Amino acid sequence: MTITHHSRRRGGAALASICLAIGVTACGSSTKSSSSATTAAGATTAAGVTNAAGTPAAGGATGIKSGLTVYYIPKDTQNPYEVLADKGGEAALTELGGKVVVSSGTEDTAAAQIPSIQAAIAAKANAIVIAANDPDALCPSIAQAVAAGIKVVAFDSDNNCPNHLFINQADTATIGTAEVDYMATLVNSTGEIAILSAAATATNQNAWIGFMKQQLAAKYPNMKLVDVVYGDDDPAKSLTALTGLLSAHPNLVGIISPTTVGISTAAQYLSTHKDIAAKVKLTGLGLPSQMKPYIKDGTVKGFMLWNPSDLGYLAGYAAANLASGTTNLKDGSKFTAGKLKEYTIAAPAGAAPSVILGPPTVFDASNIDQFNF
Amino acid sequence: MLSETTPPQTATSGVVQAPPTIRNPQTNESSWRGLLRWESALLVALAGALIYGHRTTNFWNATNFFYIGLNIGEIAIMALPLTLIVITGEIDLSVASMLGLSSTLLGYLYLHGWPIGVAIVAVLIVGAIGGALNGVLVTRLGLPSIAVTIGTLTLFRGLAEITLGAKSVGKFPATLTKIGVIPIPHTQIAYSVGFFVVLAIIYGVVLHAMPVGRSIFAIGLQPEAAHFSGIRVKRIKLMLYVLSGTVCSFAGVLWTMRFATSRYDAGTGLELNVVAIVLFGGISIFGGRGSIIGVVLATAVMACIQQALTLRNVDAQVRNIVTGVLLLISVVLPNIATGIHRLRERRRLRNRDRLAQRAPDLHQPTTTTTEGQRA
Repeated sequence: MTITHHSRRRGGAALASICLAIGVTACGSSTKSSSSATTAAGATTAAGVTNAAGTPAAGGATGIKSGLTVYYIPKDTQNPYEVLADKGGEAALTELGGKVVVSSGTEDTAAAQIPSIQAAIAAKANAIVIAANDPDALCPSIAQAVAAGIKVVAFDSDNNCPNHLFINQADTATIGTAEVDYMATLVNSTGEIAILSAAATATNQNAWIGFMKQQLAAKYPNMKLVDVVYGDDDPAKSLTALTGLLSAHPNLVGIISPTTVGISTAAQYLSTHKDIAAKVKLTGLGLPSQMKPYIKDGTVKGFMLWNPSDLGYLAGYAAANLASGTTNLKDGSKFTAGKLKEYTIAAPAGAAPSVILGPPTVFDASNIDQFNF
Repeated sequence: MLSETTPPQTATSGVVQAPPTIRNPQTNESSWRGLLRWESALLVALAGALIYGHRTTNFWNATNFFYIGLNIGEIAIMALPLTLIVITGEIDLSVASMLGLSSTLLGYLYLHGWPIGVAIVAVLIVGAIGGALNGVLVTRLGLPSIAVTIGTLTLFRGLAEITLGAKSVGKFPATLTKIGVIPIPHTQIAYSVGFFVVLAIIYGVVLHAMPVGRSIFAIGLQPEAAHFSGIRVKRIKLMLYVLSGTVCSFAGVLWTMRFATSRYDAGTGLELNVVAIVLFGGISIFGGRGSIIGVVLATAVMACIQQALTLRNVDAQVRNIVTGVLLLISVVLPNIATGIHRLRERRRLRNRDRLAQRAPDLHQPTTTTTEGQRA
């Protein structure tokens, strides 16, 4: 967007002025052109100053201050999932009359994120939205930001620092139940189903499977879970587990694979075995980029994952509300997040304050082209 | 002691011939001027960086200068011992891995109930041992330092990973972790920068005012010659590696306290920044040339530019490009300068020869020197 455009120009000017500084004739064609570039940088900065200096003024029916500046600090600037989240954040702040500054390093290290936190402090940002590369190592810097009056919101990857709100992309129970509900729509709530999971010891998957079993028992008496097999998040092992599953249970009508490796392996197998694909439905948690071809060729009707764009959008609204004082980190505090409606902050004793984005998004033929992570 | 650089004469006894003998007297003659030129270029660059910073919102204030120091401190500290190593014509790429190993080990020992002071001493000793390993492999086995230290780069990081696994250790004493949050009282100087300044002074004195410093330059210019003139080349190199290991593990201690966390991936990839600063500081990668002042200035330039770019929210990729370009400039420029110098020298000599042909009796002394230079 405009931000990238600006930074490019400033980057160019930066290079030019460095050349100028070192006094290298080999570097630029002439001193004149370098100095004009420097002037351009000066002008851009001047514009930036007026932007940043637009002091937050109270306004709007929701009580959100206008002119808020929120720093988004993703794990790195290239992570496609987080780029979408940053875009979501930009959308949120645009709606609220504020602005987003995306800043981070090129490597997934805490050290690369610290200058960005410092920049946010220096720019007197109103809030920081951060996906920490290290749960602990950023705490001294985050504490400095909090001390400077900046509200801190964590997304995608939480940190262990005090005084921040974590935006949880989806909670365990919802993932488990939503996958079973979706499978039920695919198989008319009837027949034998199985689960192709990651490692037998995988914490997340086991927790989800627990809720899947609960949901099956509670709502779908005619659907029977006949087996849970493990592919260890390895394509080859997943394939072996899958073929074993198919031959052991000839009456299978559905497979849920709550892991990106499992579901993509299974989808690939089914796409080359159309006869089996006709009988066995597949869903689970997958990456749109990996699953796109199988959605397109009809092997898979739909799968789930949280929507990074909504995640960033919600984080933006949470940050703006915290910075405006229209909500706080206490248990039960509420805020409205634009198109996503109302959210309640959960801060049970002994746990960090958090908000759950909501049920996972279903990716199918209708929306798969919008996502490339 | 070594009387300036006599090596060329001694070197005639054998091993290396044409290129160094041409280079040595030349660099010797112009080394001061060359150095001054590079350092004044760095000063100009620093002024430029500060002006650039001055035009950047939120740059010109005390807190920001504290941050600038905080971000570069450990890197700067590691650059000092590396400077000496590069001047001897060797390299140490394991510096950042040593920082990581030191951080991890500190966390591990602290986790297992060691008092923090004892743990720090133990970590420094391990740093010295790690450095000695590099040194022995390079000097006693005569292996190329780039290969050895790429090996130990992986080795140290691997050991760190085994020590703590994916765990991270925190909860270090607040009296120590405060170095990551507050400056030295009554100043805006980060603690790591304080240590850097002290170390830089020590290194500067050792390199530029002590006999061993001159030996280090001599080794870089001509190892064989240095050896034949009585310098204990291997021992000095070994000592430098031990020193590098120790100082890098000290940087690891600072790093751990700054982040209040110990993790195996601490400082991953920093070796490139360290090498960049050393080269940008005008230390010749071929050895034999450079100064501590240059490295100090290069550190300041690099730190200010990076911070200004971050404050302006320039893309991280562009920030990397800037570092890369600076590095290239620092390697290419001196070569161009030397090239021009050589060209001019050759022209001067040709003119003299022509003069000498016209009136041979007038130019006895000059011709002898030119012979020496061209031999």
